[in-house]
Parts: sequence; C-alpha cells; structure tokens
Amino acid sequence: MRLVNWLRFLVALWLGKLAGFASRTLGRGGSSLPGKLCLLVDSGSLKRLSGQLKHGSVLVTGTNGKTTTSRVMEDIFRAAGRYVIHNRSGANLLGGVTSTFVDAASLFGRVEADIGLLETDEASIPRVAQEVNPAALVVTNFFRDQLDRFGELAHTVELVRSGLPSVRPGGILVLNADDPLAVSLGRAIPPHINVVYFGLDPNVCSSNEELSPSDAFVCPSCGGGLEYTHRFYSHLGIYRCLSCGFSRPQPDFRLTAMESEGMSGSTLEVVGPEVHPFTLRTALPGLYNAYNVLAGVAAAWSLGVCEEEIRYGVQNSVPSFGRMERVSVGDKWLNIALVKNPTGFNAVLETVASGDGSEGLMLCINDNYADGTDVSWLWDVNFEILAAVRGAKPIVTSGIRAADMAVRLKYAGVDPSRIKVEPDLEKALDMALSWVETGGGLVALPTYTAMLQLREVLRRRGLVRHFRED
Amino acid sequence: MRLQLTLEICHLYPDLMNLYGDRGNVIALWRRCIWRGIEARVTGVSLSSSSDLSQFDILFLGGGQDREQKAICYDFARVKAPQIRKAVEDGTPFLAICGGYQLLGEYYQTGSGEKLPGLGIMDLYTVAGRKRLIGNVVAQSDLAGSGPARLVGFENHSGKTYLGRGVKPLARVLSGYGNNGEDGLEGAVYKNAVGTYLHGALLPKNPWLADWLISQALKRKYGRAEIAPLDDTLELMAQESAARRAAKR
Repeated sequence: MRLVNWLRFLVALWLGKLAGFASRTLGRGGSSLPGKLCLLVDSGSLKRLSGQLKHGSVLVTGTNGKTTTSRVMEDIFRAAGRYVIHNRSGANLLGGVTSTFVDAASLFGRVEADIGLLETDEASIPRVAQEVNPAALVVTNFFRDQLDRFGELAHTVELVRSGLPSVRPGGILVLNADDPLAVSLGRAIPPHINVVYFGLDPNVCSSNEELSPSDAFVCPSCGGGLEYTHRFYSHLGIYRCLSCGFSRPQPDFRLTAMESEGMSGSTLEVVGPEVHPFTLRTALPGLYNAYNVLAGVAAAWSLGVCEEEIRYGVQNSVPSFGRMERVSVGDKWLNIALVKNPTGFNAVLETVASGDGSEGLMLCINDNYADGTDVSWLWDVNFEILAAVRGAKPIVTSGIRAADMAVRLKYAGVDPSRIKVEPDLEKALDMALSWVETGGGLVALPTYTAMLQLREVLRRRGLVRHFRED
Repeated sequence: MRLQLTLEICHLYPDLMNLYGDRGNVIALWRRCIWRGIEARVTGVSLSSSSDLSQFDILFLGGGQDREQKAICYDFARVKAPQIRKAVEDGTPFLAICGGYQLLGEYYQTGSGEKLPGLGIMDLYTVAGRKRLIGNVVAQSDLAGSGPARLVGFENHSGKTYLGRGVKPLARVLSGYGNNGEDGLEGAVYKNAVGTYLHGALLPKNPWLADWLISQALKRKYGRAEIAPLDDTLELMAQESAARRAAKR
C-alpha cells in the first residue's frame, strides 16, 4: 500500500514537472498548472513535499504588500545563508504554491531547501496552512479592495483565522499592530502560537486625510466605534474601542524613525525586543514599503536571523516588477508600481508627489476581470494631490479606460492641456518617455493586466526578462 | 453689474452613503458650476447635522452598504425625509443613486417577503432579487427635452425596482439590465428628482445630466436656465469607451 502511495506521488510530481517544462518551453508565464495537476493526481503531494523543509514554511498574506514583504524576507534569509524556496512568480493560490515545490523537488521528490517562503492569497490560507503546517504566518494588513463589501472583508479575516490552528506548535503569528482587523486575529489564538506585533511610532508620520467610508471603522471585536488618537494612513493608526476596550497592542518591533529619499528609498530605524535601535537602508520607497520591510524584519528576527544579516538582506532588497521596480530605458529610467485599490493608489501618489516633480507620470487603467470591471473606484482616489503639487509636465493616461482616467484628472483640477490620452500602452510609453529629460525618470502606475502588458512591451525590447526566470 | 449666481449643493450622508465613487457626482456638479463662473458650495449633511435642507439648491444622495443604510434609516425617515419631500415637491433638483434611489421608493421587499418601508417620495418599489445585476450600461434618455441623449454607467445591484404611474422612467436600456432586467427601463424621474442605478461616477461621464440638474437649479432660483457650454471632449471620450465596454458584455 505504501508503495502504491509512493508511486502515485511520483506520477503526480512528474506530471507536474512535465507541465512546467512544457509551459516554460512555450514561453507561458502561467505557473499554477503544474501544481494543480500534481494535486489532482495526489492530493497529499504538497504535504509530502513541504514536510521536508528543515525550518518549515512561512506564509505571507494580507491585502497589500504580500509580494514585497516576502521578497524582503527572501533577501534576508539568503543573507543569512539559508536555502530558500519562494513562489516569486506571484502565483499565490494552492496550485501556484504547489508548483513552487514541484519545481524545486528532485525527480524522486526530494526537497533540499531550509525554508519555504510562500506568498499566499488570503482565501487560500486555510488550505495551504493545512497542507504545509507553517512555522510562521505573517499578515501585512486588511484593506477593502475596490469592490469588496464590508461583509467580504470580515469574511476574509475569518478565512485567515481558520488557518491558525494549522500553524505548528511553537510557531509565530506576525501581525500589523496598527491595523485593527489584523490585530483581531491575535485575540483568542490557539495556545500553541506566539504573537509578534509590528507597528510605527507616532512621530514617524501622521495623516489628516478624512477616513474614507470604505475604511470608516467599527471595532472588530464588539462592533462599537473605534477612536483614533493617531493615524498613519487610511485606517492604520493608534486606536481604542470606547465600548469594549479593544485597543492597539504595544508593538514588539517598532519603526522609530524614517527618512524618505523620495522614489530612491528610505532610511529606517527599527527597535525590537532585546535589540538596540538599528538603522536600515532600503531602496524600497514610501511609507507602505516601510511597513513591508518592518513586517519582514519582525518575522525574520523572530525566526532566529541576526541583526547583521537582516541589515545586509534589506540593503540588497530591490523592488520587484510592478512594485516600484526601476528599469533602465536607454538613458532614462522607469518606475512601475501596480495599483489595485484606492488605499494603495493613494499611498503611491503620495510618494510620487513628495518628489521634486521632475519625473513624468503615466496612469494605465484597464477594466478586465483581473483589474475589476468597474472603474468607479478611481473617484475614491485623491488625484487632487497631483493638481496641487506637480509642475507643468504632461500626465499620460492609457489602457482600455484611459479616457475615464483623464476625466478623473480633469475633475481633480489638473489642467486639461496637461492630460494626454493614448489608450495604446506601447505608444503611451514612448510618448511619456519623450517628455522625460536625459537621466530623468518616468513613473508608470498600471492596474494588473495593464502591468502585464507593459511588462510584455519591455520584455520584447529586451529590458526585462520573462517573470518565470526573474 | 452682473448678478453673481450661487448654488448651494448638499451631499447627504457623504461619510456613510458613498459606495462606488459616488462623490464623483458632487465633484462634477461643483466643477461644472465653477468653470462657468457660478459660485458653488458643497455641504455634507450627515447623522448629527440639523441643517435646514430648504436652503439647498441641489441635493445628492449616494448608495451605501446594508450596514450603513441601516445606520441612516432612523435619521433619514424621522428627521430629513419630511424636509426632502418638501424640497422635491418644491422642484429642487435631487439626484439619488443605487441604494439612495431605492430608499426614495414606497418599500423594499426582502427575500423573505418582509416589506421595509421607504420614504414614499417616488412612486416605485423594490424587490430583492436572487442574482446580482452587474456591468456596464448604455441607455437613452429624453429627460433634457432636446432629443434622445446617451446615458452610460455601471450597475451593481440585486434589488429589482418597478415604477408606478406617478413617475416617469429616466431612460430606456440599450445594453445592460437597468431597473429590473425585465421591462427595459432605467431610473425614475419625479419633478426635478432623478433616481438611477448607474454609478461610474455617473455625472462626469454624462455631462448633459449634470448640466440639466444645474440649469434646473438656476431656473428655480433665478428664473433662468441657460448655461454656457463647456469643452466636453474628454467626458465624451470616456462615455464612448464605457459604451464600447457595454456592447461587449
């Protein structure tokens, strides 16, 4: 009987490897098929593969920052000399996670790596956690995506919660202390898990923007009203419920200072338990990336990585494609940041607007299924900031809904003569680059499918590799 | 000396009823006044506010989630409804979207047959449907009285709304579901009050409707409805791209 199971596992693995080989040969990026096939033949294959990792797996989940946080952690673990496997391609459902292991395993199903770093979609947490029994689960934040209703966000939190019993004994749960919804996961946890919180000190930054109704927050514990004494951005801040006493926990890892260098990154000061303040230099720009770095640092430290290795790893971490990655285009550069919801869009716009305004700007809005078919969320983004801060450089709008984006800019107070509409992404890119001075840069903010198209244009021009190889 | 025209715009429950970028409608009304030299002020009126609604020239109410719609229910029905009813009867332009539109009707019938009373300002009722009606919509409206005008937007609702004799439809659906997916009608008009399921935001992409609301307000306040034309090149491009997407569904 054992032999039959073993043979079934091998057949599953080989089938997956074959599918992986075929899709690579065909130049397809799709990377969940091998895992799906493998699981179809042997539903226990992910357990068998991931069970061999010396230090187990780390799952990274949350609405925004999954990809960047797991990249930062990968760089830290590499600096610490650990052999890491990581679903870098961003395929983060059960099939994609399994593909990563299928790819890393030997022909006889051996996995040599020390640690598995798995960016995991929130809805896939219950299944993935059940299979891999993670050593750590990192939750970046919970924001409402464009079309989600509150009920769905609460549901998302519950999905993640149902993965907690699968965390291995002695494992850790790393949570954003500034996000009440993430913190609600740390209440009433199974006794075998330790919670580690990370958060910002109030002097790092503060936001006066009005709480948008999408985030107008009620206490996740009792449904009463939350009172904020300080806000960092959106609903992240220092809060307390007036009815039940639910409040922001004291973070174990604190960002005590941040010096932003605009689009080129920041210098961060971090304090942890039994750790003196130490400074980190990161090429990842913006406040939202400071959160991502902090999450990665808190998780890596809690898993036994030392300060030197963390500093070295963070220093070497560069933005990944579509996450403020910098690409050279001739004698100019291009920064690309994926936009998928008002909170993320606002955070990126703030970083762009904090620069000297010398960069060009291109906004690429598609309304395919993966982008969200309803573009009305653009009206919840504060483009008014662009009218106030940026100089006279044209702003190019592109993608299927380029005209909707242009109208939004016009009504945000941007002079219509500065708005250039070019639905074709490649033409828009060339047009936008033509207005950038030598040595200068262009910031492109695409929705998901626009980002893939943009990447394809750059790949054809030999500027980036296909994402399977990167 | 020329008379300085001023319009007071009221955004009802801006903190609670603002789903799907509804505030874009208020931005559109405000900008299109400013661009014409009409002074415009936007005032948010929410739960705790005791503002006198008769001082406003245009009223706007967006859509909300169930939880938020419940939160405003008491305040809306007891405090603001009588004032809104009076304003509408008095010819004040009023735009209500999605959940706000449903609230203006006689009742909302839930899946279990229970009838939740509405404000009864418009002769219409809504029945909970099983399927969510989602997607781009193209419709045709005669509201402005200068021939059929195109109306585009995005709908996302499960309630199905049926019109009574006391209201006229806002438009006829060319592509999409509209009020209920059955009778081909979209929205409702009573005096100068307009209810519709279309967001997107609606007014920036349908500048003619924004201008209709503005000119009705001017006519009521100053007795003159003419307004200067604006360059709507970008707006009409956006309308065209929405219509193209609707045709594909």
